[in-house]
Amino acid sequence: MSRYIATRALRGANLIVNEFDALLQKALQELGPDKEIKFTNTAYYLPTILGYTGIEVSNIGGLKPVLEHCRTLLHGLPSNKTWLPYLGETLDAGVATLLAEEGIMGIRFAYGLEPQKMPGLELTGSSAPGPGYLNGPIDDIQLRSWGIQLVDGRMPGFAALIGCAKTNQAAVEIVRQLQQRNILIFLSGNVNGRSVIHQLMEEGVEMGYDTYIVPFGLDTISTVYPMGFATRSALTFGGMKGGQAREILLYNKYRVFAFALALGEVDDLKYATAAGAITYGFPVLADTVIPEIRPTGITQYEHVISMPWDDIEGETDAEKAARFVQRAIEVRGVKIKITEVPIPVPYGSAFEGERVRKEDMRIEFGGKYSRAFEYLRMVDLDEVEDHKIELIGPDFSDVPVGGAMDLGIVVEVAGRKMQEDFEPVLERQIHYFINGASGIQHIGQRDIAWIRINKAAVDKGFNLKHFGEILYARLHSDFGAIVDKVQVKIITDPDVHAEWLAKARVAYDYRNKRLSEMTDESVEEFYSCTLCQSFAPDHVCVISPERLGLCGAYNWLDCKASHQINPTGPNQPIAKGRAIDEWRGVFENVNAFVQQASHGSVQSVTMYSIMETPMTSCGCFECIMMILPLCNGFMIVSREDPSMTPAGMTFSTLAGMAGGGLQTPGVMGHGKYFIVSRKFIRADGGLKRIVWMSSFLKETMAEELKEAAIRAGDPDLIDKIADERVATTEEEVLAYLEQVGHPALAMEPLM
Amino acid sequence: MAGTKSIDPAALEMLEVAQAAGLDTAFDRAERVKPCPIGSEGACCKICFMGPCRLVGKVTEGVCGATLATVAARNFARMVAGGASAHSDHGRDLAFTLIAVAKGEGQGYQIRDVAKLYAVAEYMGIPTTGRTKEEIALDVGTKALEQFGQQRGEIIYTKRATAKRQQRWRELGLMPRGVDREVVETLHRTHEGVDLDPENILDQAMRTALADGWGGSMLATDLSDILFGTPTPLQTKANLGVLKDDEVNIIIHGHEPTLSEMIVVATQDPELIEYAKSKGAKGINLAGICCTSNEILMRHGIPPAGNFLHQELAVMTGAVEAMVVDVQCIMQALASLAQNFHTELITTSPKAKIPGAIHMEFDEHRALDSAKAIVRRAIDNYPNRGKTHIPGFTNDVVAGFSHEYLRYMQGGYYRGSFRPLNDAIIAGRIRGLAGVVGCNNARVPQDEGIINTIRELIRNDVLVVVTGCAAHASGKHGYLSPEMMMNAGPGLREVCEAIGIPPVLHLGSCVDNSRILTVLTQVATEGGVGQDIDEIPAVGICPEYMCEKAIAIGTYAVASGIYTLFGVESPVAASEEVTRLISEGWEKKVGGKLEFYPDWNDIVRKSLEHIDKKRAALGLVEYDPTRYGQSGDLPLAAFFALPPEERNLYSRKAYVQG
Repeated sequence: MSRYIATRALRGANLIVNEFDALLQKALQELGPDKEIKFTNTAYYLPTILGYTGIEVSNIGGLKPVLEHCRTLLHGLPSNKTWLPYLGETLDAGVATLLAEEGIMGIRFAYGLEPQKMPGLELTGSSAPGPGYLNGPIDDIQLRSWGIQLVDGRMPGFAALIGCAKTNQAAVEIVRQLQQRNILIFLSGNVNGRSVIHQLMEEGVEMGYDTYIVPFGLDTISTVYPMGFATRSALTFGGMKGGQAREILLYNKYRVFAFALALGEVDDLKYATAAGAITYGFPVLADTVIPEIRPTGITQYEHVISMPWDDIEGETDAEKAARFVQRAIEVRGVKIKITEVPIPVPYGSAFEGERVRKEDMRIEFGGKYSRAFEYLRMVDLDEVEDHKIELIGPDFSDVPVGGAMDLGIVVEVAGRKMQEDFEPVLERQIHYFINGASGIQHIGQRDIAWIRINKAAVDKGFNLKHFGEILYARLHSDFGAIVDKVQVKIITDPDVHAEWLAKARVAYDYRNKRLSEMTDESVEEFYSCTLCQSFAPDHVCVISPERLGLCGAYNWLDCKASHQINPTGPNQPIAKGRAIDEWRGVFENVNAFVQQASHGSVQSVTMYSIMETPMTSCGCFECIMMILPLCNGFMIVSREDPSMTPAGMTFSTLAGMAGGGLQTPGVMGHGKYFIVSRKFIRADGGLKRIVWMSSFLKETMAEELKEAAIRAGDPDLIDKIADERVATTEEEVLAYLEQVGHPALAMEPLM
Repeated sequence: MAGTKSIDPAALEMLEVAQAAGLDTAFDRAERVKPCPIGSEGACCKICFMGPCRLVGKVTEGVCGATLATVAARNFARMVAGGASAHSDHGRDLAFTLIAVAKGEGQGYQIRDVAKLYAVAEYMGIPTTGRTKEEIALDVGTKALEQFGQQRGEIIYTKRATAKRQQRWRELGLMPRGVDREVVETLHRTHEGVDLDPENILDQAMRTALADGWGGSMLATDLSDILFGTPTPLQTKANLGVLKDDEVNIIIHGHEPTLSEMIVVATQDPELIEYAKSKGAKGINLAGICCTSNEILMRHGIPPAGNFLHQELAVMTGAVEAMVVDVQCIMQALASLAQNFHTELITTSPKAKIPGAIHMEFDEHRALDSAKAIVRRAIDNYPNRGKTHIPGFTNDVVAGFSHEYLRYMQGGYYRGSFRPLNDAIIAGRIRGLAGVVGCNNARVPQDEGIINTIRELIRNDVLVVVTGCAAHASGKHGYLSPEMMMNAGPGLREVCEAIGIPPVLHLGSCVDNSRILTVLTQVATEGGVGQDIDEIPAVGICPEYMCEKAIAIGTYAVASGIYTLFGVESPVAASEEVTRLISEGWEKKVGGKLEFYPDWNDIVRKSLEHIDKKRAALGLVEYDPTRYGQSGDLPLAAFFALPPEERNLYSRKAYVQG
């Protein structure tokens, strides 16, 4: 702190707590103590309050103890002379500020005033109730779906932008700099009524989950939403419980790389809110003159840095923004590897979610009107000329705007450590690599690939060869350990296209066959995945050919390739060793590995069962399976399904039981595609035990499920499985099962 | 010659008053009574009546053959035993008080800090769940009492030291077993014809001192916090100027908080305030001297009138209605001095009576009644006041830094830790730590060694903590005010500004030196600056030591791993062997060493050398005074000088050089 900041923060804290008090009294009178308070789809009540105090606020009356606690955290302002120490007191006041802000938000929800309205705003991907609304709090589904990216470092952290940048251009450039580094961007606050949200809207920047830009609200109070997000990441992935404040805060200090950018004049409430953010170890960088706090300790590096915009070196706002963001990253100590991709448009994972609408489109490849495919194969070292990018056929200049064209992308790689098995692993990355370019949209894979380029990208000079540049740069940077040389053919010539498409299809068939032959019995080694230990320190995934990681992002081949790339990394081979129980999937060496890697908290893992020592979960699972004792079977709820399940809990609430590295028989997180594995809870009866399943899964995996049902000897099985459209209580499920004659009812009792 | 007696202007003024009135003070007696040159260097053996033997010149052994080293070591060990006894007897009395309070027999007292009670219970392995605070307090008090009489095992608080330190004590046979046992054993071993190996005697001196630091003193601190509250910072003023011309002035002097706490309550009693007014006074003004003053300063902001050498000067103001004393550091001269004024010298402890003083025995079972009677007597004396002379000197003080608060101030309720301090040491913003503690000594100019040492240390970015009379000195000279950060080095200034603290932190009374042990242990535990106290870039300094307690404190500091430097003269100077044993010899054993440097310049130089040596051993960056100091409000003075609407928010360069 400095005495100036302490004074302003303490003043802000006292004011906001009084405001909270007044609003609470009003709400108690108008709405009554029993009026429900609920943030958008979360199992964590008012999460910041839950994290700090353990208080589970579910109605207006529940805020009374929160207010009392706020009062105990407030202090008077330091005097001008012979002042008393103020750092601890200011940080406490900062906490009081966050608690009061979240309390206010809770009340506003009860009044139906949150999320805030913002006419004309349309978010791509959000928790907002619809167009014309700001996002409000991020829901648990989105938190979890970002989970794996947050833990594996693809998404290094988040930046909370509060206030209003000096110019619109500065706002856009700061955001672009953050996007290029895949940092989540959270927006809130204003300066004299103008917010960075207005600035981005005016400049036509696409906002929403898909572009990593989340506009929470136009006031400073909305800054509590990012803090709730940070708290929930500790609760969700760190296995902490509400009230373990110190652990939650230290988790954030050491594992969640977040910082605040205070744009424009900093007022009392912003100072107070920043003091709260500092307790999480999040530093603050301002683009104006404010006192700096450089001694470290609460945060890892400097606490408060001032980088007045006019003093930043650089001719343009873009150059200034680059230096500003770079400094923020240094102050937070975030390690970010940026791959320089020499293309004329911005590049980064934040652009993966961008869509190219028909009216903005210059050209598309694949889809309804043309055919596109991508194929990656390994060849001998001397057959590859590194960085050779060929365009075989015409470019798209003759195709009318909005038209379509055939395209083939053939990538040939060579490397001493390259293996044929890695071909599909690398090929799958083409989707992510190409999608990272701003203005390019990539969907699908293999011969159902579908790529769109928007007009703006073409105006900036984007051409077909740039696909080659992207793939060349990313394959070298991400897979340099196994790939020594890369060459790319971009094919538009119809004859060559047909010739290579045929070759590619042979390879796809071969790989499908190889994959289906690959069973747990056919390999000697499984792989561990401890990637998430940075977030869930005691969790270990064991990944076998027939059981992919619970996040759905890592299968056995991915792990094998990853191990080649980083031999001491999170994916270690586990020689299965002696089978203690082959049918249930219990292996001596797997147990030994898990004991050690879970630091003794897990003693044994049964690969093919949910009822006996099931595998633990971090928090990134795609699905949660849980026993329904009455129905003699299990239900599976998918991350995308926000509805109530027959277990009496939504996905979000269930996730609290399944995550954090806890081993709970009868509850398990898993990947979607595990459901159609031959080993899927084999010991408990397999797919026939599934009595309820989110319709989302039934629809998105229809074909695979059908095949699995046939294999299970009951082709109509999927229709016999209830979903949220027919049953949301266990009794309703049972009635449905009896009505359709579900096989689980005839199976031996689970309990 | 007043200038060589003190650097405190209030003292100098009062010495002139004394001279004019023909009154005698310790300052004068120190000139008249020269120290015995043989005894002062530790060369006099008066342990048996074949002597006393003076081991000077050609005499290298006593009648019994005891060598100079044995004699000096025995004298030293007996000083340690004396000092340890003083602190520990103080701790024991607090245990009795706590037990009385737990039983509901401690009139006026209560368990003020329940959180601390729980913390202490946890150290002691006493169960807390489902028990009342009185039940817990009874067990804590009983367990505390056991530490004094315990014969075997280890004093319970030694387990609060780092594991490494405990191991070292065990291996060296230095682990204290029980407070009384160590003191008794030291007295036995230094009796005629028992332990004659200087090294072995000095080891026992360390063990006895540890029983003080990690036993009696630490218990005294903790039990005081439980009973009277754990200190948090508060503001007040220091020096004789805190006495008031128009109020009843009561000075409490001595060391124990038990009585003074109740006097604080009594002076706030509306009835007594009315009574004072009825006698023509505007109110009752309480002030303190010595460590009892520190105790009520830390907890209630009662202003200190001064340190040890101020006790006579305070009486000479003629404005003190009563000087109420308990134990330790009370000059017998007060009794005769008080005869010249209306001041009543009131002794309160059955352990400490003074011929010529009024004795009003204090009983903790009737504490408030006792305190009220004393205050009432002081009020009754107000009309007898004659001419007064109160020197107008005071300085602002912020005091009250318990180790609990030190932790809190570095992160608040949720994030408190020692991380910021360790970070600052690692980065070199703070070069190192120094505890400046101990007495005044009439043989050296009052406060000169203390203040010069502190001034130079903070200028060199060393964070200083103070206790005892050194704390009073700091307060009197303005070093406890947060504004003093302007005189600190740039890195330390930055840290002070970040937290809002003065560069010199008042940690309490002399038993509260145990807080320094706790702080350093927490620093070691926090990580990054060594795993044990002896690895931390830190020193202990006692520039103006006077009593046996200081020797005991210095010895436990060393045995805990702290390089400790004393001013004045060495009490073992006569023996090169003992001088070497307590310096290099102890350093090899316990990592700390005890050295004596009469010149404060040497103390500063050796301290900085030691701190830099420890920094280098830890592989920390070399201290560089120019590296830091850019942050905080200070560099923005030009910016803040403008009205808000005229400030250019987007350019710092317009206001700040570089």
